Amino acid sequence: MAETELYKLTETMCGEIDQWIAKFPPERKQSALLASLHIVQKETGWLSTAQLNAVADYLGLAYVTVYEVATFYSMYDLQPVGRHKVHLCNNISCMLNGSEKLSEHVKAKLGVEFGATTTDGKFTLKHAECLAACAGAPAAQIDGVHYENLTPEKIDKILDNLD
Amino acid sequence: MIELEIDGKKVEAEPGNMIIQVADAMGVYIPRFCYHKKLSIAANCRMCLVEVEKIGKPVPACATPISQGMRVFTKSEKALAAQRAVMEFLLINHPLDCPICDQGGECELQDLALGYGDDLSRYTEGKRAVDDENLGSLIATDMTRCIHCTRCVRFGTEVAGMRELGTVWRGEHMEIKTFVGKSLTSEVSGNIIDLCPVGALTSKPYRYTARAWELQQRYTIAPHDCLGSHLNVHVRRNEVMRVVPRESEAINETWLSDRDRFSYTGLKSEDRLNQPMIKQSGHWQSVSWEVALEYMLEALKKVIAVQGPEQAAGIISPSATLEESYLFQRLLRGLGCPNIDHRLRQIDFADQDSMPLYPGLKVKIADLEQQRAVLIIGANVRQEQPLLALRLRKANLKGAQIFCINPIDYQVNFNLNQKLICHPTLLPEMLAGIIKAILVKQAIEAPTTIAEQLKSIQVTEQQQAIAEALSVNQPSTILLGAIAQQHPQAATLRSLASLLAELTGASVNLLTEGANTAGAWLAGAVPHRGAVGLTQDKLGQTIAELFAEPRKAYVLFNVEPAQDCANPKQVTKALQQADLVVALTPYNTPYLQQHADVLLPIAHHAETSGTYVNAEGEWQSFAAVVSAPEQVKPGWKVLRVLGNLADLADFNYTASTEIRDELQGMLANHSLKVAKQVQPRINLAYTKHPLTRITEWPMYRVDGLVRRALPLQQAASHDSVGIRINSKMIEQLQLAAGGLATVEQAGESVTLPVILDERIPQGCALIAGGFAETEVLAESFGAITIHV
Amino acid sequence: MTNVCYRTLQFDEPWTLEAYESVGGYQVLRRIMQEKTPCDQIINELKEASLRGRGGAGFPTGVKWSFMTSASQGAKYVVCNADESEPGTCKDRDILRYNPHQLIEGMIIAGYAMGCTSGYIYIRGEFTEPFARVETALQQAKAAGLVGSNILESGFDFQLETAIGAGAYICGEETALLNSLEGKKGFPRFKPPFPANVGLYGRPTTVNNVETLASVPVILEKGAKWFLELGKPNNGGTKIFSVTGHVNKPGNYEVPLGIPFKELLELAGGVRNGNKLKAVIPGGSSMPVLPAEIIMETDMDYDSLMKAGSMLGTAAVIVMDETTCMVKALECISKFYMEESCGQCTPCREGTGWLHRVIHRIENGQGKPEDLDNLVRVAKNIEGRTICALGEAAAWPVGAFMKHFRDEFAYHIQHKKCLVG
Repeated sequence: MAETELYKLTETMCGEIDQWIAKFPPERKQSALLASLHIVQKETGWLSTAQLNAVADYLGLAYVTVYEVATFYSMYDLQPVGRHKVHLCNNISCMLNGSEKLSEHVKAKLGVEFGATTTDGKFTLKHAECLAACAGAPAAQIDGVHYENLTPEKIDKILDNLD
Repeated sequence: MIELEIDGKKVEAEPGNMIIQVADAMGVYIPRFCYHKKLSIAANCRMCLVEVEKIGKPVPACATPISQGMRVFTKSEKALAAQRAVMEFLLINHPLDCPICDQGGECELQDLALGYGDDLSRYTEGKRAVDDENLGSLIATDMTRCIHCTRCVRFGTEVAGMRELGTVWRGEHMEIKTFVGKSLTSEVSGNIIDLCPVGALTSKPYRYTARAWELQQRYTIAPHDCLGSHLNVHVRRNEVMRVVPRESEAINETWLSDRDRFSYTGLKSEDRLNQPMIKQSGHWQSVSWEVALEYMLEALKKVIAVQGPEQAAGIISPSATLEESYLFQRLLRGLGCPNIDHRLRQIDFADQDSMPLYPGLKVKIADLEQQRAVLIIGANVRQEQPLLALRLRKANLKGAQIFCINPIDYQVNFNLNQKLICHPTLLPEMLAGIIKAILVKQAIEAPTTIAEQLKSIQVTEQQQAIAEALSVNQPSTILLGAIAQQHPQAATLRSLASLLAELTGASVNLLTEGANTAGAWLAGAVPHRGAVGLTQDKLGQTIAELFAEPRKAYVLFNVEPAQDCANPKQVTKALQQADLVVALTPYNTPYLQQHADVLLPIAHHAETSGTYVNAEGEWQSFAAVVSAPEQVKPGWKVLRVLGNLADLADFNYTASTEIRDELQGMLANHSLKVAKQVQPRINLAYTKHPLTRITEWPMYRVDGLVRRALPLQQAASHDSVGIRINSKMIEQLQLAAGGLATVEQAGESVTLPVILDERIPQGCALIAGGFAETEVLAESFGAITIHV
Repeated sequence: MTNVCYRTLQFDEPWTLEAYESVGGYQVLRRIMQEKTPCDQIINELKEASLRGRGGAGFPTGVKWSFMTSASQGAKYVVCNADESEPGTCKDRDILRYNPHQLIEGMIIAGYAMGCTSGYIYIRGEFTEPFARVETALQQAKAAGLVGSNILESGFDFQLETAIGAGAYICGEETALLNSLEGKKGFPRFKPPFPANVGLYGRPTTVNNVETLASVPVILEKGAKWFLELGKPNNGGTKIFSVTGHVNKPGNYEVPLGIPFKELLELAGGVRNGNKLKAVIPGGSSMPVLPAEIIMETDMDYDSLMKAGSMLGTAAVIVMDETTCMVKALECISKFYMEESCGQCTPCREGTGWLHRVIHRIENGQGKPEDLDNLVRVAKNIEGRTICALGEAAAWPVGAFMKHFRDEFAYHIQHKKCLVG
């Protein structure tokens, strides 16, 4: 049962969430939900049911409301992830500029398919939908940072430099 | 008014209406799945797309407001093309295996696919499969069939006030679920079965037991609460297969509580009594009706003759029909015995002479939505009257302020502006504080009956706020629930409520027990008044007195004494010493075998014709939906024969409707004048025990039928038996949550699980009635001790 | 090039308050606050300038703003749509990163002109760097008394905050964005009612694109006539074109509306490797594709592209050379709309997956001759029957690819392989 698996938001998290709550009218705490989930997700890279419930309680929302939001948006991970999230774009501009080859390269390098985490728990490889970096295609987002005009050599260097 | 045209027919309608509403009203059918008149508009299924002149794209009829001169075409080429396209999309991922679907034959998708679908699918890709969640004992899921209309989600959010189901994930991966595999806990969850247009959500108890076309639909009235919801009972070969709501805007709208919907599963209990039985020299034997009735009547007459009429007592269920209650009291009074009562769980009757003709609602159920301030006193509204709670929720959503005074912090499905949670003994004081707040504010002198007692009361800000809200926001309402009426100071609470009502202009409404408390009063099933409130030469004694001072003969009508009455220990003791205990009952239980002498098998409400008078005074008659098994007879017929055998005059009824008509005739010729309460019986004094038992009857333990409805007993909304107590008390008493502990009350003890429940106030433990496990215990709000 | 939204690009740190003020930033706001310019006057100026929404739909901004003026008392909102995510489009990200103050000034002016009490800049969740730049700029603007209560001692109050998304293309649809801003799933709302009547928290709201709002200060500084004459009648001003795909110099080009495609292609360095141009999607991946022979003769503005059978959309110009497999291109596009369908309404939820699966089959050599007609039919069945425009966004590419490149699809089905490469 989810309820018995308790999780307490840290003081830092609460402080950050409170700043977001303050941006919206007092009776509109739910507006801070997306940001709150980002804040809590920073801890482990993904969101457990207990964490979702904790956010729901903090904002005074029904649990299922938080589940709906957490499952709707692609940036929330609801399963454990690797230390680094590698999101490769394969949309039209990137595709026209060789993103498929780049994807094949990264898959081979990491030894995982899209949606999977390397066995050493270091990388989780995912598709990104268009990152609005089309003029720098092919593009990727790695741990929240945009990288553009990627080549196999360039991405090797980036990945190799991560702990 | 707006004038428009739908399919060439001119029509006028109020502005603000949607096309579909106007079309429905004029009998033009527009196909739809997501639209439901009681839910918000989603416009997501797109099935109701219609053509409107001068608008390029087809528009959803459910979400397009009408406008002057609008010309709507629901069956034009453009409209049909859109509808057919949507139907094709709905079907591509829907299994086409209607023959094995439980919804087959009554499926909105199946019906419409006949009209709008193609014979052959042009979709050759793989179909989507969706995992099922276990939603509990009441609702079966087959989520691959879901068409994402979100009616179930909107019902939870909007009507039930509990968001349990949601739409998770997105796009074609969108699913309706709780996400964590939780059983639904809403007490009105079953309505999503009716709302689901396909076979995604179906009734678990009914599943795969029958096909819609095998069923006959019969109409009756729900037998568990004071609203009297309208039911359609689906019957196959004299067996109740399921129960669904019958629409009634004034009472249950399109909804049903789970209790009313699923209690039929208790009809076929194994302990059904099928033959009359008598006990002779400690041995039970089945006998004919003639033998049983003569035996019973002789024995009863003997007690009355030898021991005196005050030595007999008749106790009848508040869910017995009007006709049964009327004949029951006629029979006993005819035999000279005035000791008749139906108020099984009540203790305090000090104000019974100033009660109105029948207790109940002054406000119509539907008008509860229009209240602007509501004070709930001693009520677990959601459990006691689930659909009434939905009306309060509606009022609340429209802006009504709602307050409560309760001994337990009950979860409600509306917002409480203030809640006063207190030790049960303090309920009267809490209420008196509100009265004092008004008296002080308006500088009115307190009535002498209460003036002295009010002096020591400190008025809190909360009480002031409630007083203010009830006075300013009209109409306002005071609701007294089961806990208030079962309270040791119930008369004080009622009197205080009346006084508060006088001061604020609010109405006082009682949420009464069972399906027919109003009918029981009207029928004269009370010791101090006859039918239609006629005064009696011989006054009887109340149920409390009838058990406190044991009698020699008891006649029980559809009562399970130790589970239905306020003080089981006392009741059992009284029955044990009696010379004669006659039980007219649907059940043959070990308890009755031990304590009764005669068992007469009577019909369930589904097997009898009769009338329930609901709390707002509506007389609702019904016929039997199935016939009673074997030797079982409708209660009114048994009572009629007894009347005949006893040679009582005017007892020759041939139909239950004659009995009802007789009562109606009496009522028309008589009006009860209840003396205005000259002296409100207000007594705020109380004895506080070191540890007080709070007793309530959980929703699915209120009568014999629900107690036998297994799916309800297994439902997540059911409160299991145990010692419910808060964490501080657990620590104080050195108990362990989840472990066992022994409760002692009046020399009896039982061992029960300890259930951590932070809603319970300090100094109290909630130990429910209505369970075999607690049937040895004593009074409802008495002293107890608890130890490991 | 005439820079309107990219006015500060010449600086090393173009995003700073100093950089923005050095090109005349916040002067228009100061003037308006001082002169208490009538709201109507501002709105009329935008109408005369023929500023049209830069987010894709091209609705006249002044007209949109005028819907708000009659609205009732109480809270009113202006919301900036910084959820740029239409494939091919990357112009707003650079405004957010390099000229955030101009957007902020545009927001404050918008708030003033429409009588709004507050504004939010809704930035897509993936925009880490742009979000930080806007947030910093906003704090600077607040510190300088340009945002908040009693702006520049004028008595005008306007609260402005950033808000963040979390990965959902659909939140670029204005009502989905409002739901997301309310902390809900990004389900588009059924219209009517339109946001100008019932928007954020049920209050009157106007949602404008980043580029639209960022254009406002310059229009009001240099005048409607100046702006209009940069472009063409009914297609006023400059526009940022994100030119991507098979060009030598992909990038954002802020140029006058109505520029011939040929010229734009030249600015972007021409087709890569000297290859032959095959096709162009002129307004982001949801807009109908045009073959080379049509686009080469077309001017890049709202009306001309409409005439040519496509639309300006977000002005994301996706260039495809002769080596491009059109089946592959459409498969890529159709996958995106399947992934990004919110799932709320039937035709889109069910239809986008159907389209993609058929195209995927064809691309993988498992196409059937009847697929071609079926694709067109299914696309048509989605179009115009959904709650929001994502239905069209998924349907139009299919229609256009089938219209101009049907033979290539047929070849794929027949030969189970590509016509090119």
